[in-house]
Amino acid sequence: MTTRWSRKDLLGLRELSVDEINLVLDTADAFKQVGTREIKKVPALRGKTLVNFFVEPSTRTRTSFELAAFRLSADVINISAATSSLSKGETLKDTAKILEANHVDIIVLRHGSAGAAQFLAERVRSSVINAGDGAHEHPTQGLLDTYTIREKKKRIEGLNVAIIGDILFSRVARSNIFALTKLGARVTLVGPSTLLPRDFEKLGVTISYDIDEVLPTADVVNLLRIQHERQRKEYFPGIGEYIKLFGLTKERAKLLKPDCLIMHPGPINRGVEIDSELADGNQSVILDQVTNGLAVRMAVLYLCGGIAA
Amino acid sequence: MNEKKTNTSSERSILVMDAAAIRRALRRIAHEIVERNPDLQQIVLAGIPSRGNEIARRIADTISAIEKVSVPVGTIDVAMHRDDVGTRTELPVVRASTLPLPLEKRAVIIVDDVLFTGRTVRAAMDAITSFGRPAKIQLAVLIDRGHRELPIRADYVGKNLPTAPDEKVRLRLGEEESTEGVWLVKQ
Repeated sequence: MTTRWSRKDLLGLRELSVDEINLVLDTADAFKQVGTREIKKVPALRGKTLVNFFVEPSTRTRTSFELAAFRLSADVINISAATSSLSKGETLKDTAKILEANHVDIIVLRHGSAGAAQFLAERVRSSVINAGDGAHEHPTQGLLDTYTIREKKKRIEGLNVAIIGDILFSRVARSNIFALTKLGARVTLVGPSTLLPRDFEKLGVTISYDIDEVLPTADVVNLLRIQHERQRKEYFPGIGEYIKLFGLTKERAKLLKPDCLIMHPGPINRGVEIDSELADGNQSVILDQVTNGLAVRMAVLYLCGGIAA
Repeated sequence: MNEKKTNTSSERSILVMDAAAIRRALRRIAHEIVERNPDLQQIVLAGIPSRGNEIARRIADTISAIEKVSVPVGTIDVAMHRDDVGTRTELPVVRASTLPLPLEKRAVIIVDDVLFTGRTVRAAMDAITSFGRPAKIQLAVLIDRGHRELPIRADYVGKNLPTAPDEKVRLRLGEEESTEGVWLVKQ
C-alpha cells in the first residue's frame, strides 16, 4: 500500500483511481477487525466532530455513519431536514457555514439533489462525505458492495455482476458501476426499459431487458429497491408485472449458480425485488453488507477526516 | 523499510550493529524472556509493523529452538491508536491487528525495532488492552536510543545507543545477512 490519500472529501466513485478504491478497501479490512475486539473503539479521530446532515430520510446509512464515528472516537450530532433551519428557509450553504463556524470537522450529507455534496465541499473547509445525492452517487454504498464482493469472492476482476431493477433513479447503481468497472468486473444492468435507458452503455456496461438470460452466468446479483418515492406512474409497469418480469422469485433463483451472491442495499421490499426467503437464504450476503458498511465508513472517515485541515 | 543508505556530503552514517551483532542481541533477548517468564506457554510476542514483526519472528524462532515450545507471534497495529492523527499531513496506513485470544492469562511482549519517544509503545498498549486484559505486558526492542517523552522503559534491550535528538537510527533487516545492520545517521 503505497498510495496516499489526499482527498478532503468523498463525493463520488467516478473520480477515484483504482489505487484509491483499493486503499479504502484495504483500510476497511483493518477497521473491520476492530469490530471483533472486546473494546470496539479506537482513538483515531478523537477530538473531531462529525455532523450527520440528512436532508432526506435514512435510518441505516445514518446509523452506520454514526456508529463508524463512535468507533473512531469522534463526536457526532445528527441533523435532519425537519429539525434544521432548512425548514425555515435557510439555504444549504448557510447551514453549512454555520456548522463550519462551530468547528465541525466532517459533514456527512444526504440530499435529494444531485451535486449537493460537491456544492457544499467547494464552499466549506470541513470534509464532506456524500451519503447519497439524488440519483447521482452513493459512494460508501458502492464501496461496501465492492468490499463485500471482494471479501466473498477474493477478487473483483473478471466477475459477472448483474445489477437489477430501478437503475434510472439509483445512485447505488451508479456508484457500483464506477467502482466495479474500474476494478475489472463485467457489469450487466437489467430492468424495465423505462428505468434503464440505453445511455448507460456509455459507462462501459452491458444492458439487458431479459433477467432470465442474465442470471445463469452471474457471479453476483445486486437487486435494487424500487424507489416508490421517486417513481412516477408512467415509468413503472405495476408491482405484479414487475415481479413477473424482473423480481427474483424462488422459481427464477434456480437459474443462479449455487455460489452466486445475492445482494440488496436495503431497505428491502420483500416479495417485490426479491422473494422473502431468498433474502434470508444462504446465498444472501445482505447482512454482511451491513457489517461491512460500518468498516468501509470507518475507513472513509479516517482517510478524509484524519489529515490535518 | 529498505531505506537507501545515502552518503551525501551533509550526512554521515556509522555502522553500530552488523548482522552477527543483531543475531547475538536477539538470542540474548530470547534467553532473558525465557528466564523471566517461567510459564512460556502463556507468552505471546506482538510485533509492531513492519520491522517489529520480523524481530518478533526471529525471537520466537530462537525461543522454540532453546526451549522446544512454539510461541505465538501476533501483530499489533498502532496507526489507529496514535494520538497525533489530525495533526499530521500524512496519514499512517492502518493494518489489522492479530492476537491470540483470550489475553487474560497471557504475558504479551511488545516487540519493536527502535525505542525513541515511547509514544508508539503507549499506542501499542492501548491497542492490546482493547482486546482484553493481559496478565502482564512487557517490551522488547532491538535498539533503545533514549529521548523518552513518556514514562516508558523496555524490559529487554538489544543495544542501548546514545543519540542526539536530530540523529537518525537506520535499520535494515532482510533475507541476506550481508546487507543487514543498524546505522547511526548524523545530519
